[in-house]
Amino acid sequence: MIEIVIAIAICCAITVSLTLIILLAEVTIGNYGECIISINDGARELKIDGGQTLLACLNEAEIYIPSACGGKGSCGLCTLQVTRGAGDYLPTELPWISEERRKENYRLACQIKVKNDLEIIIPESCFLVREVTAEVVAITDLTHDIKEVRLKLPVDSDIVFKAGQFMQIKTPKYKLCDEPVYRAYSISSSPDDETGLEFMIRLVPNGICTTYVHQFLNVGDMVTVNGAHGEFFLQDSERDIICIAGGSGMAPIMSILLDMRYRGIKRKVTYFFGAMTKRDLFYLDELKQLEKDLDDFTFIPALSQPKPEDNWQGETGLITEVIERNMTDGSNSEAYLCGSPGMINACVNVLTGKKVPEDQIYYDKFG
Amino acid sequence: MQQINLELFGLFFASIFTGNILLTNYLGMCSFLGASREVKTAFGLGLAVTLVMGITTPLCWLVYYLILKPYDLYYLRFIIFIIVIAAFVQVAEICIERISEKLYHNLGIFLPLITVNCAILGACLFMEIRHYNFAQSVVYGFGSGIGWMLAVIAMAGIRQKMAKSRVPQPLAGAGIVLIIAGIMAIAFTGFSGVL
Repeated sequence: MIEIVIAIAICCAITVSLTLIILLAEVTIGNYGECIISINDGARELKIDGGQTLLACLNEAEIYIPSACGGKGSCGLCTLQVTRGAGDYLPTELPWISEERRKENYRLACQIKVKNDLEIIIPESCFLVREVTAEVVAITDLTHDIKEVRLKLPVDSDIVFKAGQFMQIKTPKYKLCDEPVYRAYSISSSPDDETGLEFMIRLVPNGICTTYVHQFLNVGDMVTVNGAHGEFFLQDSERDIICIAGGSGMAPIMSILLDMRYRGIKRKVTYFFGAMTKRDLFYLDELKQLEKDLDDFTFIPALSQPKPEDNWQGETGLITEVIERNMTDGSNSEAYLCGSPGMINACVNVLTGKKVPEDQIYYDKFG
Repeated sequence: MQQINLELFGLFFASIFTGNILLTNYLGMCSFLGASREVKTAFGLGLAVTLVMGITTPLCWLVYYLILKPYDLYYLRFIIFIIVIAAFVQVAEICIERISEKLYHNLGIFLPLITVNCAILGACLFMEIRHYNFAQSVVYGFGSGIGWMLAVIAMAGIRQKMAKSRVPQPLAGAGIVLIIAGIMAIAFTGFSGVL
Protein backbone atom coordinates (compact mmCIF):
# COMPACT_ATOMS: atom_id res chain seq x y z
CA MET A 1 0.00 0.00 0.00
CA ILE A 2 2.68 2.45 1.06
CA GLU A 3 4.56 1.68 -2.13
CA ILE A 4 1.62 2.80 -4.26
CA VAL A 5 1.33 6.02 -2.28
CA ILE A 6 5.05 6.72 -2.74
CA ALA A 7 4.80 6.00 -6.47
CA ILE A 8 1.87 8.35 -6.89
CA ALA A 9 3.53 11.02 -4.76
CA ILE A 10 6.77 10.90 -6.72
CA CYS A 11 4.97 10.85 -10.04
CA CYS A 12 2.95 13.90 -9.01
CA ALA A 13 5.99 15.65 -7.59
CA ILE A 14 7.94 15.23 -10.83
CA THR A 15 5.00 16.36 -12.97
CA VAL A 16 4.24 19.36 -10.78
CA SER A 17 7.86 20.48 -10.62
CA LEU A 18 8.22 20.20 -14.40
CA THR A 19 4.99 22.15 -14.89
CA LEU A 20 6.32 24.81 -12.53
CA ILE A 21 9.53 25.01 -14.54
CA ILE A 22 7.51 25.50 -17.75
CA LEU A 23 5.33 28.15 -16.15
CA LEU A 24 8.40 29.88 -14.77
CA ALA A 25 9.98 29.86 -18.21
CA GLU A 26 6.82 31.27 -19.70
CA VAL A 27 6.54 34.19 -17.29
CA THR A 28 10.25 35.00 -17.27
CA ILE A 29 11.76 34.04 -20.63
CA GLY A 30 8.53 33.94 -22.61
CA ASN A 31 7.23 37.23 -21.23
CA TYR A 32 7.50 39.97 -23.81
CA GLY A 33 5.95 42.64 -21.62
CA GLU A 34 3.55 45.24 -22.88
CA CYS A 35 3.71 45.85 -26.61
CA ILE A 36 2.16 48.64 -28.63
CA ILE A 37 0.55 47.99 -32.00
CA SER A 38 0.27 51.18 -33.99
CA ILE A 39 -2.42 50.97 -36.68
CA ASN A 40 -2.48 53.08 -39.86
CA ASP A 41 0.29 55.55 -38.93
CA GLY A 42 -0.84 56.01 -35.37
CA ALA A 43 -4.54 56.48 -36.13
CA ARG A 44 -5.16 53.94 -33.41
CA GLU A 45 -2.89 52.34 -30.84
CA LEU A 46 -3.39 49.07 -29.03
CA LYS A 47 -1.58 48.18 -25.83
CA ILE A 48 -1.43 44.43 -25.41
CA ASP A 49 0.52 41.76 -23.56
CA GLY A 50 3.12 40.30 -25.91
CA GLY A 51 3.34 36.62 -26.79
CA GLN A 52 0.04 36.18 -28.63
CA THR A 53 -0.47 36.19 -32.38
CA LEU A 54 -1.26 39.46 -34.10
CA LEU A 55 -4.60 38.08 -35.28
CA ALA A 56 -5.62 37.20 -31.73
CA CYS A 57 -4.59 40.65 -30.46
CA LEU A 58 -6.64 42.40 -33.14
CA ASN A 59 -9.65 40.17 -32.51
CA GLU A 60 -9.42 40.97 -28.81
CA ALA A 61 -9.55 44.66 -29.69
CA GLU A 62 -12.66 43.90 -31.80
CA ILE A 63 -10.89 44.54 -35.08
CA TYR A 64 -11.93 41.59 -37.19
CA ILE A 65 -9.51 40.57 -39.91
CA PRO A 66 -11.01 37.92 -42.19
CA SER A 67 -9.74 34.42 -41.47
CA ALA A 68 -11.42 31.26 -42.63
CA CYS A 69 -9.16 28.66 -41.02
CA GLY A 70 -9.17 30.00 -37.48
CA GLY A 71 -5.48 30.99 -37.38
CA LYS A 72 -3.89 27.78 -38.61
CA GLY A 73 -2.14 29.38 -41.57
CA SER A 74 -4.09 27.35 -44.08
CA CYS A 75 -6.42 29.89 -45.73
CA GLY A 76 -4.18 32.91 -46.34
CA LEU A 77 -7.03 35.39 -45.78
CA CYS A 78 -5.63 37.31 -42.80
CA THR A 79 -2.98 39.20 -44.78
CA LEU A 80 -2.16 42.73 -43.73
CA GLN A 81 0.81 45.07 -44.01
CA VAL A 82 3.27 45.07 -41.11
CA THR A 83 5.65 47.94 -41.75
CA ARG A 84 7.83 47.55 -38.68
CA GLY A 85 8.73 44.96 -36.09
CA ALA A 86 7.62 41.65 -37.60
CA GLY A 87 11.02 40.10 -38.39
CA ASP A 88 11.69 37.60 -41.15
CA TYR A 89 9.03 35.71 -43.06
CA LEU A 90 8.12 32.36 -41.54
CA PRO A 91 8.06 29.26 -43.74
CA THR A 92 4.34 28.99 -42.98
CA GLU A 93 3.69 32.42 -44.50
CA LEU A 94 5.56 32.01 -47.76
CA PRO A 95 2.98 29.96 -49.72
CA TRP A 96 0.38 32.72 -49.21
CA ILE A 97 2.36 35.84 -50.02
CA SER A 98 3.68 36.51 -53.50
CA GLU A 99 7.11 38.04 -54.20
CA GLU A 100 5.46 41.40 -55.02
CA ARG A 101 3.34 41.47 -51.90
CA ARG A 102 6.43 40.63 -49.83
CA LYS A 103 8.02 43.86 -51.07
CA GLU A 104 5.02 45.72 -49.65
CA ASN A 105 5.47 43.94 -46.28
CA TYR A 106 2.29 41.89 -46.44
CA ARG A 107 2.19 39.25 -43.68
CA LEU A 108 -0.14 36.59 -42.32
CA ALA A 109 -1.57 38.00 -39.09
CA CYS A 110 -2.19 34.55 -37.62
CA GLN A 111 1.49 33.54 -37.89
CA ILE A 112 3.14 36.63 -36.44
CA LYS A 113 3.71 36.63 -32.71
CA VAL A 114 3.71 40.03 -31.10
CA LYS A 115 7.03 40.19 -29.27
CA ASN A 116 7.79 43.90 -29.61
CA ASP A 117 6.12 47.09 -30.83
CA LEU A 118 4.56 46.74 -34.29
CA GLU A 119 3.37 49.14 -36.95
CA ILE A 120 0.63 47.79 -39.17
CA ILE A 121 -1.63 49.02 -41.94
CA ILE A 122 -5.12 47.61 -42.34
CA PRO A 123 -7.89 48.72 -44.69
CA GLU A 124 -10.32 51.22 -43.18
CA SER A 125 -13.13 48.79 -44.02
CA CYS A 126 -11.86 46.45 -41.28
CA PHE A 127 -12.96 49.02 -38.69
CA LEU A 128 -16.51 48.70 -40.03
CA VAL A 129 -16.54 44.97 -39.38
CA ARG A 130 -18.89 44.00 -36.57
CA GLU A 131 -19.58 40.78 -34.74
CA VAL A 132 -23.19 40.00 -33.81
CA THR A 133 -25.13 37.04 -32.51
CA ALA A 134 -28.29 36.55 -34.53
CA GLU A 135 -31.24 34.19 -34.42
CA VAL A 136 -31.86 31.63 -37.17
CA VAL A 137 -35.38 32.32 -38.40
CA ALA A 138 -35.54 30.02 -41.42
CA ILE A 139 -33.68 27.11 -42.97
CA THR A 140 -34.88 26.18 -46.46
CA ASP A 141 -33.77 23.37 -48.75
CA LEU A 142 -32.80 24.92 -52.09
CA THR A 143 -31.54 21.65 -53.63
CA HIS A 144 -30.62 18.22 -52.28
CA ASP A 145 -27.35 19.62 -50.90
CA ILE A 146 -27.82 23.39 -50.57
CA LYS A 147 -29.67 25.02 -47.70
CA GLU A 148 -30.63 28.65 -47.38
CA VAL A 149 -30.21 30.03 -43.88
CA ARG A 150 -31.83 33.28 -42.81
CA LEU A 151 -30.64 35.14 -39.72
CA LYS A 152 -32.59 37.88 -38.01
CA LEU A 153 -30.23 40.68 -36.98
CA PRO A 154 -30.62 42.27 -33.55
CA VAL A 155 -32.27 45.70 -33.66
CA ASP A 156 -29.11 47.55 -32.62
CA SER A 157 -26.78 45.81 -35.09
CA ASP A 158 -25.03 48.17 -37.48
CA ILE A 159 -23.71 45.65 -39.98
CA VAL A 160 -23.26 47.25 -43.39
CA PHE A 161 -22.16 45.40 -46.47
CA LYS A 162 -21.80 45.78 -50.21
CA ALA A 163 -23.58 43.28 -52.45
CA GLY A 164 -21.11 40.43 -53.05
CA GLN A 165 -19.22 40.58 -49.74
CA PHE A 166 -19.03 37.70 -47.27
CA MET A 167 -19.52 37.15 -43.55
CA GLN A 168 -17.74 34.71 -41.26
CA ILE A 169 -19.97 32.25 -39.46
CA LYS A 170 -18.75 30.96 -36.13
CA THR A 171 -19.20 27.21 -35.75
CA PRO A 172 -19.35 26.32 -32.06
CA LYS A 173 -17.53 23.36 -30.56
CA TYR A 174 -19.20 20.11 -31.61
CA LYS A 175 -18.21 16.58 -32.62
CA LEU A 176 -16.22 17.68 -35.70
CA CYS A 177 -14.25 20.50 -34.06
CA ASP A 178 -12.66 20.87 -30.62
CA GLU A 179 -12.80 24.64 -30.63
CA PRO A 180 -15.00 27.26 -32.29
CA VAL A 181 -13.97 27.96 -35.89
CA TYR A 182 -14.94 30.63 -38.38
CA ARG A 183 -15.84 29.90 -41.99
CA ALA A 184 -16.57 32.43 -44.71
CA TYR A 185 -19.90 32.52 -46.61
CA SER A 186 -21.16 35.07 -49.11
CA ILE A 187 -24.31 36.97 -48.23
CA SER A 188 -27.14 36.24 -50.66
CA SER A 189 -29.63 38.82 -49.42
CA SER A 190 -29.73 42.43 -50.55
CA PRO A 191 -27.86 45.14 -48.62
CA ASP A 192 -31.11 47.09 -48.28
CA ASP A 193 -32.60 44.27 -46.22
CA GLU A 194 -31.58 45.62 -42.83
CA THR A 195 -33.50 43.11 -40.77
CA GLY A 196 -31.60 40.02 -41.71
CA LEU A 197 -28.90 38.17 -43.62
CA GLU A 198 -29.26 35.15 -45.89
CA PHE A 199 -26.67 32.55 -46.87
CA MET A 200 -26.63 29.60 -49.27
CA ILE A 201 -24.66 26.75 -47.76
CA ARG A 202 -23.78 23.61 -49.68
CA LEU A 203 -23.01 20.45 -47.73
CA VAL A 204 -19.34 19.55 -48.10
CA PRO A 205 -18.60 15.99 -46.87
CA ASN A 206 -16.87 16.37 -43.47
CA GLY A 207 -16.89 20.18 -43.81
CA ILE A 208 -16.89 21.56 -40.27
CA CYS A 209 -19.32 24.44 -40.74
CA THR A 210 -21.41 22.96 -43.55
CA THR A 211 -22.04 19.74 -41.61
CA TYR A 212 -22.98 21.82 -38.59
CA VAL A 213 -25.44 23.91 -40.61
CA HIS A 214 -26.96 20.92 -42.42
CA GLN A 215 -27.23 18.49 -39.53
CA PHE A 216 -27.26 20.40 -36.25
CA LEU A 217 -28.53 23.93 -36.82
CA ASN A 218 -32.21 24.52 -36.11
CA VAL A 219 -34.59 27.42 -36.42
CA GLY A 220 -34.42 29.40 -33.19
CA ASP A 221 -30.71 28.73 -32.58
CA MET A 222 -28.34 31.65 -32.12
CA VAL A 223 -25.40 32.04 -34.52
CA THR A 224 -22.45 34.41 -34.23
CA VAL A 225 -21.31 36.10 -37.43
CA ASN A 226 -18.81 38.83 -38.22
CA GLY A 227 -18.31 40.92 -41.30
CA ALA A 228 -18.65 42.14 -43.84
CA HIS A 229 -15.39 41.18 -45.51
CA GLY A 230 -14.04 40.91 -49.02
CA GLU A 231 -13.09 42.82 -52.11
CA PHE A 232 -15.69 41.07 -54.27
CA PHE A 233 -18.58 43.49 -54.79
CA LEU A 234 -20.37 45.36 -57.57
CA GLN A 235 -18.12 48.08 -58.97
CA ASP A 236 -19.35 51.56 -59.91
CA SER A 237 -19.11 51.73 -63.69
CA GLU A 238 -21.27 51.75 -66.80
CA ARG A 239 -19.87 48.53 -68.25
CA ASP A 240 -21.91 45.44 -69.10
CA ILE A 241 -21.91 42.77 -66.40
CA ILE A 242 -21.23 39.06 -66.83
CA CYS A 243 -21.88 36.82 -63.83
CA ILE A 244 -20.72 33.20 -63.71
CA ALA A 245 -21.50 30.96 -60.75
CA GLY A 246 -22.94 27.53 -60.10
CA GLY A 247 -24.41 25.93 -56.98
CA SER A 248 -24.05 27.92 -53.78
CA GLY A 249 -21.80 30.32 -55.73
CA MET A 250 -25.09 31.99 -56.67
CA ALA A 251 -25.17 33.71 -53.24
CA PRO A 252 -23.10 36.84 -53.98
CA ILE A 253 -24.56 37.10 -57.51
CA MET A 254 -28.09 37.02 -56.11
CA SER A 255 -27.16 39.79 -53.70
CA ILE A 256 -25.74 41.87 -56.57
CA LEU A 257 -28.88 41.36 -58.70
CA LEU A 258 -31.22 42.27 -55.84
CA ASP A 259 -29.10 45.33 -55.08
CA MET A 260 -29.30 46.43 -58.73
CA ARG A 261 -33.07 46.15 -58.65
CA TYR A 262 -33.27 48.15 -55.41
CA ARG A 263 -30.95 50.89 -56.64
CA GLY A 264 -32.49 50.99 -60.13
CA ILE A 265 -29.20 50.25 -61.90
CA LYS A 266 -29.86 49.86 -65.62
CA ARG A 267 -26.71 48.07 -66.79
CA LYS A 268 -26.83 45.02 -69.06
CA VAL A 269 -26.37 41.78 -67.09
CA THR A 270 -25.92 38.19 -68.25
CA TYR A 271 -25.81 35.43 -65.64
CA PHE A 272 -24.40 32.02 -66.62
CA PHE A 273 -25.40 29.36 -64.08
CA GLY A 274 -23.77 25.95 -64.43
CA ALA A 275 -25.27 22.79 -62.92
CA MET A 276 -25.08 19.06 -63.56
CA THR A 277 -28.73 18.02 -63.71
CA LYS A 278 -32.10 19.65 -63.28
CA ARG A 279 -32.20 18.84 -59.58
CA ASP A 280 -29.22 21.18 -59.05
CA LEU A 281 -31.17 24.19 -60.32
CA PHE A 282 -32.91 26.52 -57.86
CA TYR A 283 -34.33 30.04 -57.53
CA LEU A 284 -35.65 29.83 -61.09
CA ASP A 285 -38.84 31.76 -60.31
CA GLU A 286 -36.98 34.54 -58.52
CA LEU A 287 -34.55 34.87 -61.41
CA LYS A 288 -37.42 34.94 -63.92
CA GLN A 289 -38.97 37.75 -61.90
CA LEU A 290 -35.63 39.58 -61.90
CA GLU A 291 -35.52 39.24 -65.70
CA LYS A 292 -38.80 41.16 -65.79
CA ASP A 293 -37.83 43.72 -63.14
CA LEU A 294 -34.35 44.58 -64.32
CA ASP A 295 -33.84 46.58 -67.50
CA ASP A 296 -31.62 44.19 -69.40
CA PHE A 297 -31.00 40.93 -67.55
CA THR A 298 -30.58 37.50 -69.15
CA PHE A 299 -30.34 34.35 -67.08
CA ILE A 300 -28.67 31.44 -68.87
CA PRO A 301 -28.79 28.17 -66.93
CA ALA A 302 -26.80 25.29 -68.43
CA LEU A 303 -26.76 21.59 -67.55
CA SER A 304 -23.57 19.61 -68.05
CA GLN A 305 -25.15 16.16 -67.64
CA PRO A 306 -28.94 16.50 -68.22
CA LYS A 307 -30.88 13.27 -67.63
CA PRO A 308 -33.50 12.11 -70.17
CA GLU A 309 -36.26 12.63 -67.57
CA ASP A 310 -35.13 16.25 -67.10
CA ASN A 311 -36.62 17.12 -70.54
CA TRP A 312 -34.07 19.89 -70.71
CA GLN A 313 -34.56 22.36 -73.58
CA GLY A 314 -31.94 24.91 -72.51
CA GLU A 315 -28.17 25.12 -72.86
CA THR A 316 -26.05 22.04 -72.29
CA GLY A 317 -22.35 21.43 -71.81
CA LEU A 318 -19.66 22.81 -69.55
CA ILE A 319 -20.18 26.39 -68.46
CA THR A 320 -17.06 27.45 -70.38
CA GLU A 321 -18.53 26.05 -73.62
CA VAL A 322 -21.83 27.84 -72.97
CA ILE A 323 -20.05 31.17 -72.42
CA GLU A 324 -18.04 30.59 -75.58
CA ARG A 325 -21.28 30.09 -77.57
CA ASN A 326 -23.31 32.92 -76.05
CA MET A 327 -20.82 35.72 -75.72
CA THR A 328 -19.49 38.05 -78.38
CA ASP A 329 -17.09 40.93 -77.74
CA GLY A 330 -16.40 41.42 -74.02
CA SER A 331 -14.11 44.45 -74.20
CA ASN A 332 -16.72 46.69 -72.56
CA SER A 333 -17.68 44.15 -69.89
CA GLU A 334 -16.74 43.33 -66.36
CA ALA A 335 -17.17 39.84 -64.95
CA TYR A 336 -18.10 38.49 -61.51
CA LEU A 337 -17.17 34.85 -60.86
CA CYS A 338 -17.83 32.68 -57.85
CA GLY A 339 -16.89 29.02 -57.61
CA SER A 340 -14.10 26.50 -57.24
CA PRO A 341 -10.54 27.50 -58.22
CA GLY A 342 -10.65 25.12 -61.21
CA MET A 343 -13.88 26.58 -62.56
CA ILE A 344 -12.65 30.15 -62.06
CA ASN A 345 -9.33 29.55 -63.82
CA ALA A 346 -11.12 27.95 -66.78
CA CYS A 347 -13.65 30.82 -66.99
CA VAL A 348 -10.94 33.50 -66.74
CA ASN A 349 -9.26 31.90 -69.79
CA VAL A 350 -12.49 31.98 -71.80
CA LEU A 351 -13.27 35.56 -70.74
CA THR A 352 -9.83 36.90 -71.62
CA GLY A 353 -10.26 35.12 -74.98
CA LYS A 354 -13.44 37.18 -75.39
CA LYS A 355 -11.36 40.34 -74.72
CA VAL A 356 -12.63 41.01 -71.20
CA PRO A 357 -9.70 42.94 -69.60
CA GLU A 358 -8.16 40.85 -66.80
CA ASP A 359 -8.38 43.64 -64.25
CA GLN A 360 -12.14 43.76 -64.82
CA ILE A 361 -12.63 40.11 -63.84
CA TYR A 362 -13.53 39.86 -60.15
CA TYR A 363 -13.82 36.54 -58.36
CA ASP A 364 -14.38 34.74 -55.07
CA LYS A 365 -12.52 31.43 -55.06
CA PHE A 366 -13.63 28.76 -52.66
CA GLY A 367 -12.28 25.22 -52.37
CA MET B 1 41.97 7.56 -18.30
CA GLN B 2 42.95 6.89 -21.87
CA GLN B 3 40.99 3.67 -21.77
CA ILE B 4 37.86 5.50 -20.64
CA ASN B 5 38.27 8.05 -23.40
CA LEU B 6 38.65 5.32 -25.97
CA GLU B 7 35.62 3.53 -24.61
CA LEU B 8 33.53 6.70 -24.84
CA PHE B 9 34.76 7.33 -28.36
CA GLY B 10 33.81 3.79 -29.27
CA LEU B 11 30.31 4.31 -27.89
CA PHE B 12 30.02 7.61 -29.75
CA PHE B 13 31.07 6.01 -33.01
CA ALA B 14 28.81 3.01 -32.47
CA SER B 15 25.78 5.15 -31.70
CA ILE B 16 26.29 7.11 -34.90
CA PHE B 17 27.13 4.31 -37.30
CA THR B 18 26.99 0.66 -36.29
CA GLY B 19 24.14 1.06 -33.81
CA ASN B 20 22.36 3.89 -35.63
CA ILE B 21 19.07 4.27 -33.78
CA LEU B 22 17.15 4.93 -36.97
CA LEU B 23 18.61 2.28 -39.23
CA THR B 24 19.20 -0.55 -36.76
CA ASN B 25 16.24 -0.03 -34.43
CA TYR B 26 13.93 1.64 -36.93
CA LEU B 27 12.93 4.27 -34.38
CA GLY B 28 11.70 7.74 -35.35
CA MET B 29 10.41 6.48 -38.69
CA CYS B 30 7.43 8.76 -39.12
CA SER B 31 9.37 12.01 -38.95
CA PHE B 32 12.10 10.31 -40.98
CA LEU B 33 9.61 9.63 -43.78
CA GLY B 34 7.88 12.99 -43.42
CA ALA B 35 10.84 15.35 -43.21
CA SER B 36 13.20 13.72 -45.68
CA ARG B 37 11.86 15.42 -48.78
CA GLU B 38 14.32 18.30 -48.65
CA VAL B 39 17.85 18.46 -47.30
CA LYS B 40 17.23 21.83 -45.60
CA THR B 41 14.21 20.58 -43.65
CA ALA B 42 15.99 17.34 -42.84
CA PHE B 43 18.95 19.28 -41.48
CA GLY B 44 16.72 21.47 -39.26
CA LEU B 45 14.83 18.51 -37.89
CA GLY B 46 18.04 16.51 -37.46
CA LEU B 47 19.59 19.34 -35.48
CA ALA B 48 16.50 19.58 -33.26
CA VAL B 49 16.55 15.81 -32.64
CA THR B 50 20.27 15.92 -31.78
CA LEU B 51 19.75 18.76 -29.33
CA VAL B 52 16.76 17.15 -27.62
CA MET B 53 18.24 13.63 -27.57
CA GLY B 54 21.62 14.87 -26.34
CA ILE B 55 20.09 16.68 -23.40
CA THR B 56 17.12 14.50 -22.49
CA THR B 57 19.11 11.25 -22.33
CA PRO B 58 21.37 12.47 -19.46
CA LEU B 59 18.38 14.31 -17.96
CA CYS B 60 16.46 11.04 -17.86
CA TRP B 61 19.59 9.35 -16.45
CA LEU B 62 19.52 11.80 -13.54
CA VAL B 63 15.81 11.32 -12.94
CA TYR B 64 16.12 7.54 -13.18
CA TYR B 65 19.16 7.04 -10.95
CA LEU B 66 18.47 9.81 -8.44
CA ILE B 67 14.70 9.44 -8.03
CA LEU B 68 13.18 6.34 -9.60
CA LYS B 69 15.80 3.73 -8.72
CA PRO B 70 16.30 4.60 -5.02
CA TYR B 71 12.54 4.22 -4.50
CA ASP B 72 12.34 1.10 -6.66
CA LEU B 73 10.01 2.79 -9.11
CA TYR B 74 11.71 1.62 -12.30
CA TYR B 75 8.30 0.62 -13.73
CA LEU B 76 7.35 4.29 -13.90
CA ARG B 77 10.22 5.04 -16.27
CA PHE B 78 8.12 5.11 -19.44
CA ILE B 79 5.69 7.73 -18.25
CA ILE B 80 8.28 9.78 -16.40
CA PHE B 81 10.68 9.81 -19.34
CA ILE B 82 7.88 11.00 -21.64
CA ILE B 83 6.97 13.78 -19.22
CA VAL B 84 10.60 14.87 -18.88
CA ILE B 85 11.06 14.94 -22.67
CA ALA B 86 7.84 16.88 -23.24
CA ALA B 87 8.69 19.42 -20.57
CA PHE B 88 12.21 19.88 -21.88
CA VAL B 89 10.97 20.44 -25.43
CA GLN B 90 8.49 23.01 -24.20
CA VAL B 91 11.11 24.96 -22.25
CA ALA B 92 13.63 24.67 -25.09
CA GLU B 93 11.09 26.13 -27.50
CA ILE B 94 10.37 29.10 -25.24
CA CYS B 95 14.11 29.76 -24.80
CA ILE B 96 15.01 29.44 -28.48
CA GLU B 97 12.17 31.73 -29.51
CA ARG B 98 13.49 34.34 -27.10
CA ILE B 99 17.19 34.00 -27.89
CA SER B 100 17.22 34.14 -31.66
CA GLU B 101 14.49 34.51 -34.20
CA LYS B 102 16.67 33.01 -36.89
CA LEU B 103 17.41 29.93 -34.82
CA TYR B 104 13.71 29.63 -33.99
CA HIS B 105 12.75 29.70 -37.67
CA ASN B 106 15.35 27.09 -38.55
CA LEU B 107 15.07 24.82 -35.54
CA GLY B 108 12.34 25.91 -33.14
CA ILE B 109 9.43 25.17 -35.43
CA PHE B 110 10.49 21.50 -35.53
CA LEU B 111 10.59 21.10 -31.76
CA PRO B 112 6.87 20.46 -31.18
CA LEU B 113 7.03 17.79 -33.89
CA ILE B 114 9.56 15.70 -32.01
CA THR B 115 8.02 15.76 -28.56
CA VAL B 116 6.48 12.41 -29.30
CA ASN B 117 9.32 11.08 -31.43
CA CYS B 118 9.89 7.48 -30.43
CA ALA B 119 13.62 7.68 -31.21
CA ILE B 120 14.04 10.11 -28.32
CA LEU B 121 12.19 7.92 -25.85
CA GLY B 122 14.05 4.95 -27.36
CA ALA B 123 17.44 6.52 -26.62
CA CYS B 124 16.42 7.17 -23.00
CA LEU B 125 15.22 3.59 -22.57
CA PHE B 126 18.36 2.07 -24.17
CA MET B 127 20.43 4.21 -21.80
CA GLU B 128 18.67 2.48 -18.92
CA ILE B 129 18.59 -1.05 -20.39
CA ARG B 130 22.30 -0.95 -21.21
CA HIS B 131 23.22 0.44 -17.76
CA TYR B 132 25.18 3.39 -19.08
CA ASN B 133 26.82 5.73 -16.59
CA PHE B 134 26.24 9.48 -16.78
CA ALA B 135 29.16 10.24 -19.12
CA GLN B 136 28.12 7.39 -21.37
CA SER B 137 24.53 8.62 -21.45
CA VAL B 138 25.71 12.06 -22.61
CA VAL B 139 27.86 10.54 -25.35
CA TYR B 140 25.18 8.05 -26.34
CA GLY B 141 22.46 10.73 -26.47
CA PHE B 142 24.42 13.08 -28.71
CA GLY B 143 25.81 10.22 -30.80
CA SER B 144 22.36 8.80 -31.48
CA GLY B 145 21.05 12.24 -32.37
CA ILE B 146 23.89 12.81 -34.82
CA GLY B 147 23.31 9.34 -36.25
CA TRP B 148 19.62 10.08 -36.76
CA MET B 149 20.47 13.40 -38.40
CA LEU B 150 23.02 11.76 -40.68
CA ALA B 151 20.51 9.14 -41.83
CA VAL B 152 17.71 11.64 -42.46
CA ILE B 153 20.00 14.01 -44.39
CA ALA B 154 21.35 11.13 -46.48
CA MET B 155 17.80 10.04 -47.23
CA ALA B 156 16.75 13.60 -48.14
CA GLY B 157 19.70 13.83 -50.53
CA ILE B 158 18.72 10.55 -52.16
CA ARG B 159 15.07 11.59 -52.40
CA GLN B 160 15.98 14.91 -53.98
CA LYS B 161 18.05 13.07 -56.59
CA MET B 162 15.23 10.58 -57.03
CA ALA B 163 12.57 13.26 -57.57
CA LYS B 164 13.02 13.19 -61.31
CA SER B 165 13.46 9.46 -61.73
CA ARG B 166 10.61 7.17 -62.68
CA VAL B 167 9.59 5.10 -59.70
CA PRO B 168 7.09 2.28 -60.41
CA GLN B 169 3.64 3.54 -59.42
CA PRO B 170 2.91 1.05 -56.60
CA LEU B 171 6.24 1.88 -54.94
CA ALA B 172 6.04 5.67 -55.20
CA GLY B 173 6.18 7.61 -51.93
CA ALA B 174 6.71 5.76 -48.66
CA GLY B 175 7.27 2.39 -50.39
CA ILE B 176 10.49 3.28 -52.16
CA VAL B 177 11.70 5.27 -49.13
CA LEU B 178 11.37 2.21 -46.91
CA ILE B 179 13.25 0.08 -49.44
CA ILE B 180 16.03 2.68 -49.58
CA ALA B 181 16.08 2.83 -45.77
CA GLY B 182 16.58 -0.94 -45.74
CA ILE B 183 19.50 -0.71 -48.16
CA MET B 184 20.98 2.14 -46.11
CA ALA B 185 20.68 -0.01 -42.98
CA ILE B 186 22.65 -2.79 -44.69
CA ALA B 187 25.26 -0.22 -45.75
CA PHE B 188 25.58 1.07 -42.20
CA THR B 189 26.23 -2.43 -40.84
CA GLY B 190 29.35 -2.32 -43.01
CA PHE B 191 30.83 -0.07 -40.33
CA SER B 192 30.59 -2.83 -37.76
CA GLY B 193 34.12 -4.13 -38.36
CA VAL B 194 35.73 -0.71 -37.98
CA LEU B 195 35.88 -0.69 -34.21
